[in-house]
Amino acid sequence: MASTTEAPPRKDRAPQRPGDRIFAGISTGSGVLILLALAGVAVFLVTEAWPSLTAPAEDIPGGEGLALYIWPLLFGTLISAVLALVIAVPLAVAIALFITHYAPRSIAKALGYVIDLLAAVPSIIFGLWGINVLAPVTVDPTTWLSEHLGWIPFFAGPASSTGRTMLVAIIVLAVMVLPIITAVVREAFTQTPKLHEEAALAIGSTRWEMIRMAALPFARSSIIGASMLGLGRALGETMAVAMVLSASGGVSFNLISSENPPTIAANIALQFPESSGIAINTLIASGLVLFAITLVVNMIARAVINRRKDFSGAN
Amino acid sequence: MSTSTTTPEQDPELHTPLGGVPLTAGQLPRGAAPGMLVASAVAGLLLWLLAGWAIVPCALLAAAAYVVIVYTWSRAVEGPRKATDRLVTAIVSGAFLLALLPLISVLFTVVSKGLERFDAEFFTYSMVGVTGEGGGIYHAMMGTLIITGLAALISVPIGMLTAIYLVEYGRGKLAKAITFFVDVMTGIPSIVAGLFAYALFVMIFGPGVRMGIAGAVALSVLMIPTVVRSTEEMLKLVPNELREASYALGVPRWRTIVKVVLPTALAGIATGVTLAIARVIGETAPLLVTAGLTDGDNFDPFDGRMTTLSVYSYYEYVSPGLFAEASFDRAWGAALVLIIIVMVLNLIARIISKLFAPKTR
Repeated sequence: MASTTEAPPRKDRAPQRPGDRIFAGISTGSGVLILLALAGVAVFLVTEAWPSLTAPAEDIPGGEGLALYIWPLLFGTLISAVLALVIAVPLAVAIALFITHYAPRSIAKALGYVIDLLAAVPSIIFGLWGINVLAPVTVDPTTWLSEHLGWIPFFAGPASSTGRTMLVAIIVLAVMVLPIITAVVREAFTQTPKLHEEAALAIGSTRWEMIRMAALPFARSSIIGASMLGLGRALGETMAVAMVLSASGGVSFNLISSENPPTIAANIALQFPESSGIAINTLIASGLVLFAITLVVNMIARAVINRRKDFSGAN
Repeated sequence: MSTSTTTPEQDPELHTPLGGVPLTAGQLPRGAAPGMLVASAVAGLLLWLLAGWAIVPCALLAAAAYVVIVYTWSRAVEGPRKATDRLVTAIVSGAFLLALLPLISVLFTVVSKGLERFDAEFFTYSMVGVTGEGGGIYHAMMGTLIITGLAALISVPIGMLTAIYLVEYGRGKLAKAITFFVDVMTGIPSIVAGLFAYALFVMIFGPGVRMGIAGAVALSVLMIPTVVRSTEEMLKLVPNELREASYALGVPRWRTIVKVVLPTALAGIATGVTLAIARVIGETAPLLVTAGLTDGDNFDPFDGRMTTLSVYSYYEYVSPGLFAEASFDRAWGAALVLIIIVMVLNLIARIISKLFAPKTR
């Protein structure tokens, strides 16, 4: 079908101005840059860690190879972070409940800010506090624990006389992740459908039964996600642990002695400034392990939290 | 039957309703729970002041006494359901008070120990040639300001533009991937960010490099996700009607974003950026491995080691040298300055969001 007149091409779209194209390009570019940066973190760490992966075992600090160097660190990292969560999660859920369901409405917001303040304290200050205030306080109780409950592996003792134990590190970590978990769980509790709560109260539930039937099931996946988020934070926490923990031992479940396994992050902070050559590569390799673990933990956490977001009635 | 309801005096049922049981039966008397709380608190105080026990066991004993008495009393009078409710109330409130303890203790300790060295010399001297008392944090304060400023300079444009992409342009897989990985990036351990910056600069400048700018890069890795998240939240709050009104006037998309969307969300974005700065200004670990420590003034981020407040405080504490007391005082002083900066930044953020929040009429 040959057309006799040249019809002007129909305009389906608004004209793309150069300004528009540049602006869209720049903003897309910075988004891609972030992805590249994250990939760069992995690539650069692998490149710098590579010499230690290929080096003979006796060149690695400790002289027994990379795996045996990292294993106690990994163990210390995991045990401190997991036990910190065991303390922090129930407390965080209780605090979130207090702020959303128990505290008087007029001061609830202010109480939320107070807990957020805890998150604002730099970790170096928690380190100073842990070593100066918390550690001495724990000396007497841990001595008692090692004498009377010594048959539990956690309290085998002998109790440290300085208090710079794994137990103190765990408590400091718990305090540090508490506000992070609380913030996410609090958000979930405030989004609990009001109708569910009122229905529960209307059939004669007490406040606790209402929370158990309406609020907790609604917030369950948030609590799991928040715990994973807290776990990621506790795994990577550096300075507080580096200062508090007297790290001289190997793998041990004993929480109250003066010989504790160090954590990966704390070990890097303690060793890095005085290291050079292959020791630096080894430390970066341990950092790579930490990065991989926290990446997995955070991805699971975000996936759990985001899944809930899709189904919640809030949006 | 009808006569008995119209003449209540003759009906004994109304004076003792529910078959002789008063309406308030099955409840604790009014004020019983608060009364018990006060009573156990007083008992705890007496144990502390008069019997001379330590304060912590006293507080624990008082709390336990309150919980046990109220639970058993309520269980006997009100039944197990109400008793459990009271028990949970006590536990939840107790958990909140417990969480306040470290906060109060931290603030009290830092303020009381930090005030030892809060004099003019502390703020105007560096550590050159200082072995005993004296010395100050001037170089560390400047280092903190320069490195954090540079970090903000890197991360604010990147973070804001990414947020603009996500809200205004982003569709499909790329946007989803960026959202997800920005979330994941929030959880990168600070020490790993430091190692990343170190590895990056080693490739450019060779092993053992220490530079202020490397510290700024490390902090940017930590700061960008926070900026993206808060900016994104704020841009989403801007009503679509504003954008549509602007398009209807023939304004190009990018000018709509720059002239309409961003100014509307500016207060929220400023709050988010301030909080992000507050988050990274106290970081120690990434600066320890990238910027290092030096005794003198170095205000050039592209040349050699630079001291920051947190690293300064750390080293003064862990390697005090011969005059340990003076060194500890400096460590606490620096910690106090740091915590004041962080708190002030948080306060500024709150004030910005209060003052410049969009007026809703």
